[in-house]
Parts: sequence; C-alpha cells; structure tokens
Amino acid sequence: MTIEEREKEIVEEFSMLSDWMDRYSLLIELGNDLTDFEEEHRSNQNLIEGCQSKVWLYAWEKDGLIYFMADSDAIIVKGIVALLIRVLNGRTPDEILEAPLAFVDAIGLKEHLSPTRSNGLVAMIKQMRMYALAYKTKLAR
Amino acid sequence: MNFPIDEIRKDFPILSRPVNGRPLVYFDNGATAQTPRQVVEAMDRVYYEYNSNIHRGIHTLSNLSTEAFEAAREKVRDFINAAESRQIIFTRGTTEAINLVAHSFGAAFMQPGDALVVSEMEHHSNIVPWQLLAERMQLELKVLPVLDNGELDLAALPALLDERTRLLAITHISNVLGTINPVKDIVELAHSKGVKVLIDGAQAIHHTRVDVAALDCDFYVFSGHKMYGPTGTGVLYGKAELLEAMPPWQGGGEMIQQVRFSGSTYNELPYKFEAGTPDYVGVVGLGAAVDYLQQLGMVAIGAYEKELFAYAVERLEGLGDLIFYGTAAQRGSLLSFLPEGIHPFDAGTLLDKMGIAVRTGHHCAQPLMDRFGIPGTVRASFGLYNTKSEVDALAEGLLKVRQLFA
Repeated sequence: MTIEEREKEIVEEFSMLSDWMDRYSLLIELGNDLTDFEEEHRSNQNLIEGCQSKVWLYAWEKDGLIYFMADSDAIIVKGIVALLIRVLNGRTPDEILEAPLAFVDAIGLKEHLSPTRSNGLVAMIKQMRMYALAYKTKLAR
Repeated sequence: MNFPIDEIRKDFPILSRPVNGRPLVYFDNGATAQTPRQVVEAMDRVYYEYNSNIHRGIHTLSNLSTEAFEAAREKVRDFINAAESRQIIFTRGTTEAINLVAHSFGAAFMQPGDALVVSEMEHHSNIVPWQLLAERMQLELKVLPVLDNGELDLAALPALLDERTRLLAITHISNVLGTINPVKDIVELAHSKGVKVLIDGAQAIHHTRVDVAALDCDFYVFSGHKMYGPTGTGVLYGKAELLEAMPPWQGGGEMIQQVRFSGSTYNELPYKFEAGTPDYVGVVGLGAAVDYLQQLGMVAIGAYEKELFAYAVERLEGLGDLIFYGTAAQRGSLLSFLPEGIHPFDAGTLLDKMGIAVRTGHHCAQPLMDRFGIPGTVRASFGLYNTKSEVDALAEGLLKVRQLFA
C-alpha cells in the first residue's frame, strides 16, 4: 500500500465518525494500543520535548527501508503518533521526505500539528524526516 | 449581594462567542483576563480623538495625551494606595518590572557574595531575572521551600534572611496553587532582618484590595492584561528612596535630563525608568481598567469570587477522581488538579472541544512541578465575570473526559 493509499484508508476510517467525541475516542484507543516502544530506547537522545507533552522517537533502517518506534506521555498525542507511524513505517527515505501527510488535516486534527500547540508532534515529524535524510545520505555512500 | 453579574458579562463581548460550537467557558483568567468595552473604548478614544506623543509637544493634542497618561498614573497610585504618583513606573508587564528591579536594585545595592531569596512556587519570571543577576554579580540565589499543602515553609524563612541577604522576591498569590501568601507578615520579618522585599502581584491585583502602604513592601509589580486591562502594560511600584538611588535600566528619550557626549544626566522619577515612547494608549486603557474595578469595588469583587471559588471547590471535589495541588488554608482564584491517570494535555484538549478554556502544562513554574513530581496540571482560574453555571459546565466536561478514557 502506498503512502497515499494508507492516508486515504485513515481518512475513510475517521470519516465514518461524525461526532468529535467518537473521533477522539478512536485516537485514545489508537494511543492505548501503541505499546511496542522498547524501554531501552527511552533515552534523552530520543526525547522530543514539547512544552505540553513529550514524545520519544527511535528509528532504524533495514534493506533500504526506515522503521519507527515511538511513545508519548499524552494519549491523544500518542494516537496521532500511531497514525504517523502507520503511514510512514517501512518506507524509503524519499517516500518519507516527500509524504504530504495531508490526512491529518483531512480528519480534523490539523490543530495538533500547529507549532503553537507545542505538543512535540511538529518536532516529531521533522525528526522523522531528519532520520530519512540521514539514512538516505548513508545509503547513497 | 449587589453584584450585577448579567450586566457585567455584557461588558465583555467575547464571553458571548461560541468556541467549537459551544458557548465559551473562559477559565484561563490566570493567563490573561478578558477586556471590557470600557477599556477598549478608552483606547479607541485616544486613537480617534487625541492621539499624540506624550511629554513632547506644546500642541493641544500632545497635552491631552499627556494628561490622559498622567491621569492613569494617578489612578494606579490611588488604586494601590501609594503615597506619590512618581512611585508608579509603567512597564510592559510584570516580567519587565522584575527585570528592571533585578538590574537596577542589583547595581545600586548588591555586591559579589550577597544573597537573594525567592520561593519554590515562583513563576519563571520571578526566578530567571534573579538567576541572571546572580550570575552577573556572583550572588547566591536561595530558595524558600513549599510544603505539601502548597503553603510556604515559613519556618525556614528566618534562616534564609541572613546578613548577606539583600532582597526577597516572592509572589502574593501562586499562579499554580492559588495559595495566598501572608505577604504582610513576610515583609515585616524581612525588614526586621534588613532585607528588602519585592512582591509579584500579577495574580493578586485583580482579586483583592492591594494596599502597598499597609503592606510596607519595597516593590510591588503587576500586569495590565491580568486585571482586565490591555496587554503590553504593567506597573512597578517602588519606595521612593530606593527608586531614587537606583540607576536607570534602559536609556533613550524621556528618561534623560541632558545628553552630551561627555556624559548625560537623567530625568527624575518616574521618567528615569521610562525610556522611549511608552505604550501611552495602553496605559490609558490600564487607567480605564482601574476605573472599571473601582466602580465594581474590590471588596464586592472579592466577595463574589470567594463564593464562586467555594462552589468550584465543592463541585470539583465532588467528582471524586481529581487530585488537587494546593490546599492551603488561605487560597483562592484558581484550582489546579489532575484527573487521575489522565495527562493534562489530553484533559485540556478534550475540554477545549467542549468550549472550555483551561490552562494545562507547567504554568511557567517548572521548579514547582518538580517539587510535586508531576509534568503539569490542569488549571481553572476564575475572573469576576465567571458564574456557577460555568463551573457546572466544567464539572460536566470533566465527567465526559473521564467517559472517553473509560
């Protein structure tokens, strides 16, 4: 499934929920289900500190594809983190660098990606792209 | 009680706007209070009718503008019962007022090896300027601890006020815990040890009658935007003999007497500390905010808010699953809490969806968060226009948050 297809899939899932409470309920569920973060990676090096909440992000490369593992202390943030990982996991560096991530806006969560929310999400996406760029440079050598 | 709440709410047009499809419930007054028509209209009149730079021109508009600016100074003087209007220095806010004192009091009265005291419950604005001063002048910055219930550990204070200590900087009301500190007693104790006192009144000035003469404090600072005035305005009150002895902080127009390349001489108080064109429009608005508060009466405001606060305590404690931070015997104006097992960011985000504006996070008081070992709290801070039915909306909102997490 391409990034576009995956984003479309998420938009469809959320479009079935008309009430904001149902949408946030789903986000909370997604956040609660994101449990695969390995404790050894919970280091200051992997910490993205927002003013309001924290995000831990770890990335690795396998066969030219990038994988992510992340966690947050706030569940709503964690739910959005889960969606981002679902879209960007197992992609090439170029795919990650070029991903539009328009689905966040389409499902009515754009406010969480505003720099003024200071929840660490904007910095997290930047960091995901930084990892992609770093692996791209490494793979090119 | 004669407190016409329905009429008062009409003075604040923003309160009738919806947020996320719901009626706005504004409980973030501790960060900034809303502005009544009377204040906005006073500033409109400056721009539309007599806008001109102050203290500069001999023309009619400049005189009108200067008169309005100085009338606001007199209103503030009367509001806090200062002896003379030259003791009222206009600043951009509480933060700038503290920075001014840190710079100029330090330069006039402190030597390397001296000490300063702040409390553990201070806002960053009443910590960092002193840290910078301490680094610059090699001073020791000592910290008065906070007890579990959110009161100051006053038993520890006498030992901190030793012969090296020059200044104690302390908040009147905590912006996180709502603790009302016994500032009069603290000033008396500090003075008995020869220590000067600065009181951060940002969270107090609009909730209670502040009388700087009765408090006998050396400095009292506050912001316009928390007392229903415009943002970008603030006040430093200081004892005249201290302000006289302190050197200017910023240089520029207005604050000088004569400028020669061989050296300049400085204007008298309060102008010595008001370099450059001040926010004279904002200051007129601040004066109108003082009028507004005086008209309602600080005693009446205090009584109304006390009843509202008691209701909020009862209502939110009744929910049963909130952990409260700050349970001092003397407290008011705000409640800081965490819904058990829910991050403040999540609670605040969901409340916002219901039109309820609260503050979440560390409230610019990270040392205090560390003291309680939490990342932050949810803070509902009340203003003179809030109502019991809004408190009910918050309680119901918190129940919904709980349901979403169930």
